[in-house]
Amino acid sequence: MDNVSIIAVASIVTAGFSTSIGCMFPALGEGKSVSTALSSIAQQPDAAPTITRTLFVGLAMIESTAIYCFVVSMILIFANPFWNHIISNISK
Amino acid sequence: MKLSPDETIFWQHGFFTINLTIVTTWAIMLVLVVVSALITRKLKTGIRISRWQGILEILVTGINNQIKEIGLKKPQEYIGFLGTLFLFIVISNVFIILPWYEPPTGSLSTTAALAICVFMAVPFFGIVKSGIGGYLKSYLKPTFIMLPFNLISETTRTLALAVRLFGNIMSGGMIVAILLSITPFIFPIVMKALGLLTGMVQAYIFSILATVYIAAAVHDSKSTDKKEIISTKKQED
Repeated sequence: MDNVSIIAVASIVTAGFSTSIGCMFPALGEGKSVSTALSSIAQQPDAAPTITRTLFVGLAMIESTAIYCFVVSMILIFANPFWNHIISNISK
Repeated sequence: MKLSPDETIFWQHGFFTINLTIVTTWAIMLVLVVVSALITRKLKTGIRISRWQGILEILVTGINNQIKEIGLKKPQEYIGFLGTLFLFIVISNVFIILPWYEPPTGSLSTTAALAICVFMAVPFFGIVKSGIGGYLKSYLKPTFIMLPFNLISETTRTLALAVRLFGNIMSGGMIVAILLSITPFIFPIVMKALGLLTGMVQAYIFSILATVYIAAAVHDSKSTDKKEIISTKKQED
């Protein structure tokens, strides 16, 4: 394989893996935190506004890890710096 | 496929570029300024107020309450910055109901600018509250060993703020674009409604996190003040 196809294969496979793995584990974490928040709201309905606000902030923090993986895979597919480098070298 | 509205360029001359992000940002700023100027032009204190003043009062008191619940005792000092952040992000995320609109928060340059504003505002409010020395002391807490970690957390949380907002809004737009090519009839609308929800939540979270950071800086320096007051009182005794 030449350089271009190696980079293409590596980028595509890595993009798929990073999004899939990076979606799995934040989903597990979010499910755990939502279930805990629901059970604590069921126990203490008075504290629901505070729990909900903290839950939202926490969910956003957890979700941002998934978003980082997504951004990395988007960069690998649409704005790959190595790919651009190789292509510009070839065209010279 | 376009990754961000930065790539739609209207006018370019050397270093200066006017792209879709800048145009929409200025349009949103114009909308915010004109609407709030129109509303606040004739404020009344009587029992009968106009509808727009009602909306404005709900917004301002709501934001004030949220800031107060996080632990900043005088929200009127901070609402100028935090409320503007919240309103700007909300307006730019909610306008996706307009056709051909691309949210400027879906470009990394806008979100990086907003995160840098937060990055500058945290030391600003900390210094206003307790002076330069009191603020710089908060980096040496709990011990001086934590100084590099405090510095690292300052920069990484700024980066996380920027990438979080950018990634959420950009992924919303991209999902709609991909679904338009696969199932172009109903599902893009559903995903756009979901995008409205995540846009609101992300605006809320961005401003809540900015409030938490500012509250941490102000609170840290305030507790040192208390300790100093206590120690001076003991000396007086």
